[in-house]
Amino acid sequence: MNELQELYQQVILDHNKNPRNFGELPQCNHHAHGHNPLCGDQIEVFISVDEKSGLIEDVKFKGAGCAISKASASIMTTLLKGKTIKEARKLFDDFREVVTLDSNSNPDVMNLGKLAVFCGVREFPARVKCASLAWHTMINALENSDVEQISTE
Amino acid sequence: MTIANRTKTIEEIRADFPILSRLVHGKPLVYLDNAATTQKPKQVIDAISDYYLNYNSNIHRGVHKLSQEATDEYEKSRTTVKNFINAHKYQEIIFTRGTTESINLVANSFVKPNLSEGDEVLISNMEHHSNIVPWQLVCEEKGAKLRVIPINDTGEIIFEEFEKLLTEKVKILSIAHVSNSIGTINPVKAMIEKAHAKGIPVLVDAAQSIQHIGIDVQDLQCDFLAFSGHKIYAPTGIGVLFAKEQHLKKMPPYQGGGDMISTVSFEKTTYNELPYKFEAGTTNIEGAIALGKAIEYFNSIGIGFISRHESELLEYGHSVLSEIKGLRFIGTAEQKASVISFLLDGIHPHDIGTMLDVDGVAVRTGQHCAEPLMKRFGIPATTRASFSFYNTKEEINVLAESIRKVIKMFS
Repeated sequence: MNELQELYQQVILDHNKNPRNFGELPQCNHHAHGHNPLCGDQIEVFISVDEKSGLIEDVKFKGAGCAISKASASIMTTLLKGKTIKEARKLFDDFREVVTLDSNSNPDVMNLGKLAVFCGVREFPARVKCASLAWHTMINALENSDVEQISTE
Repeated sequence: MTIANRTKTIEEIRADFPILSRLVHGKPLVYLDNAATTQKPKQVIDAISDYYLNYNSNIHRGVHKLSQEATDEYEKSRTTVKNFINAHKYQEIIFTRGTTESINLVANSFVKPNLSEGDEVLISNMEHHSNIVPWQLVCEEKGAKLRVIPINDTGEIIFEEFEKLLTEKVKILSIAHVSNSIGTINPVKAMIEKAHAKGIPVLVDAAQSIQHIGIDVQDLQCDFLAFSGHKIYAPTGIGVLFAKEQHLKKMPPYQGGGDMISTVSFEKTTYNELPYKFEAGTTNIEGAIALGKAIEYFNSIGIGFISRHESELLEYGHSVLSEIKGLRFIGTAEQKASVISFLLDGIHPHDIGTMLDVDGVAVRTGQHCAEPLMKRFGIPATTRASFSFYNTKEEINVLAESIRKVIKMFS
């Protein structure tokens, strides 16, 4: 039961119930679709990057998915605001490390900040794709300003 | 018959399946994912060991003892399959890798050569992707159209619509006997009669019916019947295509290679007789032998007991789960195999699946390789519990209890 409580921490359940930054961003300059054909999860990520400062001004997402994918998307949007594109990529790399690290290794939780909440995902390899969908879609959105469909399959 | 076989008790049956006594996350395994694949009895597992321990060799080739024994067992299995589905001749039983390959074989060797632009292939809205994609591929190549029989809100074929779609353009009707996602049993016999009245051949996808319903191909009169071994207690990688001999005789080979030939020269090759013409290369010998053993085991339990016990489980499952507030069934057809698909208000099936797993309960979550069916119901996915004759009411209680825990956690 401990593993389960770690996966479904209060933070995850809260973001699932009340996702932050949920909706569309009509004036965004980066946008992508993500799809996990295995479970049917769909997500759209909208990012607005200020061209002068290079900072992410606003991020929104919408879609349907499991608690893990929804909470992951929601937490991701809260972390991205005010970051540069380079910092967003670094965050993506850190996130990937958190969800895929060998469960025997002991990452320094203090350094992970809010990403630490995703540590529980490692115990459930089948759910890594759920947690990753929003993040892959975000990277794809940053790379293409045009609409692209990406998949975690 | 003078002495009736004593029926095994459910405990004795469960003891035949060693995996059922293992623990998952420290809890007894409650295996309710039988529509994905069934567990194997030790009689089947032993048959595979026996083959490798005692007579492993290639079939139809060697003059040595081992090859003869392997060939005999392989062909004995073919006869077991023939008798099991009451086919007329062993020549009508082709071993394949599974249902998917069986359907692809028919699509490519039977339908494609006679398919022209404007022709149609008819399937239903509840097909598994394996009974959609092979047809799309041949239709695309030939400029033909894939037509889809609609279903109603309970998950049943709308028969009047089906009849309207049976036009002279249709070159084959390919239909699931039982829906893998929602368990609906389709009225295939009546559908075959209607199709045949218009001269349309019919393939029955029996992947989800062969393990629940006694199948008699001479009674059904289907032209083709496809199923997989692993859904009827045999290993993966072995399946069957039954096809009427009259069709097989006219069909070109599906794949070329060894064993499917009679003579080969660089100018001209003549093909082997039926069914070997359709079994190119070294086949899954131990799989075929194990399938025969699985069917023998299945018969020893008896279709009477199996259908009685599984309908009891289905009825019990429906009644226990319907007491859970916020649970909605997807697929409420009058005729159903022991498959229950459901949704919980506001909780995604993947979260349900993970949480049940921690209680040792194995179910399937997702789209069940039937994306168009999910679209038809306007849902992204479901949770599916599917029962075998080795499941018990106590296991369904564990499922229900675990679902209640999920709801509590998410409330």
